[in-house]
Amino acid sequence: MSDMISKLSYYATFPFVRYALIVGILIALCSSLLGVTLVLKRFSFIGDGLSHVAFGAIAIASVLQYATESSFSELIDKSNQMIIVLPLTIISAILLLRTGQNTKIKGDAAIAMISVGALAFGYLLMNIFSTSSNISGDVCTTLFGSTSILTLNLSDVWLCIILSIIVLFVFVFFYHKIFDVTFDENFAKSVGTNTNRYNLLIAIIIAVIIVLAMNLVGSLLVSALVIFPALSVMRIFRSFKMVTISSAVLSVICTFLGIVISILASTPVGSTIVAVDVVFFAIFSLVGKIMRRY
Amino acid sequence: MSIVTCKDLTLGYETGAVASNINFSIDSGDYLCIVGENGSGKSTLMKTLLGLTSPLSGEILFEDGLKKNEIGYLPQQTLVQKDFPASIFEVVISGCQNRKGIRPFYNKEEKSLAMQNIKKLGIDEFIGTCYRDLSGGQQQRVLLARALCATQKVLILDEPVSGLDPLVTNEMYQLISDLNKDGITIIMVSHDINAAVTYANKILHIGHKIFFGTKEDYVHSKIGRRFLEQD
Ligand SMILES: Nc1ncnc2c1ncn2[C@@H]1O[C@H](COP(=O)(O)OP(=O)(O)O)[C@@H](O)[C@H]1O
Ligand SMILES: [Mg+2]
Repeated sequence: MSDMISKLSYYATFPFVRYALIVGILIALCSSLLGVTLVLKRFSFIGDGLSHVAFGAIAIASVLQYATESSFSELIDKSNQMIIVLPLTIISAILLLRTGQNTKIKGDAAIAMISVGALAFGYLLMNIFSTSSNISGDVCTTLFGSTSILTLNLSDVWLCIILSIIVLFVFVFFYHKIFDVTFDENFAKSVGTNTNRYNLLIAIIIAVIIVLAMNLVGSLLVSALVIFPALSVMRIFRSFKMVTISSAVLSVICTFLGIVISILASTPVGSTIVAVDVVFFAIFSLVGKIMRRY
Repeated sequence: MSIVTCKDLTLGYETGAVASNINFSIDSGDYLCIVGENGSGKSTLMKTLLGLTSPLSGEILFEDGLKKNEIGYLPQQTLVQKDFPASIFEVVISGCQNRKGIRPFYNKEEKSLAMQNIKKLGIDEFIGTCYRDLSGGQQQRVLLARALCATQKVLILDEPVSGLDPLVTNEMYQLISDLNKDGITIIMVSHDINAAVTYANKILHIGHKIFFGTKEDYVHSKIGRRFLEQD
């Protein structure tokens, strides 16, 4: 035990460990906020589709970097990538929302096409243009998150902090509207709420969250980070407010634990966090069942 | 003085027309029941009145100072709500969303309006309960309280008693009738033709033949007699 603590405090002296914790906690906080909406509005498909699109966008970003500054390809900077990845993902979010709303079945097919297509093209692009000697390592990192602790520089951390603050602010400001369109879109529309506008807002926030969270857990595991905390606390809590607050708290706890465990056990950070999320989901389901019985 | 008038309305979706030649008008204080076979377009008419879908042709006039978004709405239950974690208060106060506008939080008046309607519908004893844990009848009351937060003028109810047991059904009809006596105009879709002729003062029958008129005329009309006998 003291061994673990000394190991942890030794690691905590490194700035990159502190950065990883700050960024991890912020991302966990943001990503859990829209979990309920995503699950209950049947928006999960957008979350899934988007994470694949974001993978393709990262591939495009690295290709563009290769084309423009191939001689400096050593300087692949994540925040530079973000400038390309974020708008591409937001645009895809809007497109997916449109197709998803128009015709149900065709919408699903379109989403499957877009997401699988983005995966294939992303991998293809990375293979053709990558200057890295370790392509499969890069791909694996993009899909599942980094294999060890995140290495972020200060500008990454700032970008993440700024985006998180924007997401938090927008969520709090539009909290009731998000409830209104999630709980009963038809009613909201009938009393004059511009539901299209708020659906769009939700889709954009989801896109930002996914791009943020991809840094932490990789594109394939993003949905887990968004959905698990909400699904867990929904087993126990009974109001939208409590579910929202407690899923944020749970998400932060899981992510913190996940990062710490990944440091101690030298496991991949993304899958460790998701594993912790799954364990807590099991615990909450059990507690929920017991509570319902008595 | 009529508050809503529909002229030569054709209802439908991109896929085609569902019902056509619909003409009727509603006066303030009316209790209009809309009856017809399954799939004849009753829900579509409700959605059209609410502006959720647009009519294929014809027009809907809102008169006498009634605004389109001043109509309260009790929808047929959607799947989403079945397992939604929301407290009764959260659901009811969402009826004030239009009143609130762009303000991020509800103010005192809106909160007390919500409480008032919760008490009015007799669900204040369940206030701490989750919406999804309520019985069907209680859920309908919650949604009705929400609709009352949105309007004091017109309520649209789409099959408000479907899935309720007979006792609760009668309570629900009584409640709606009381609201009508308080001066709220009721537009209700119903499966239950007997309830329609008991409580409503006007009937709109849609289907191959359209009937619109007072309850008394409907009972004596050919289309009404045939529909009543079926039951
Ligand atoms: N969103 C929709 N798009 C296309 N057709 C629809 C849609 N909703 C309902 N319909 C069709 O319109 C017809 C009338 O439906 P509806 O108004 O729900 O009937 P009712 O409420 O009288 O039972 C049905 O044939 C139904 O299949
Ligand atoms: Mg119907």
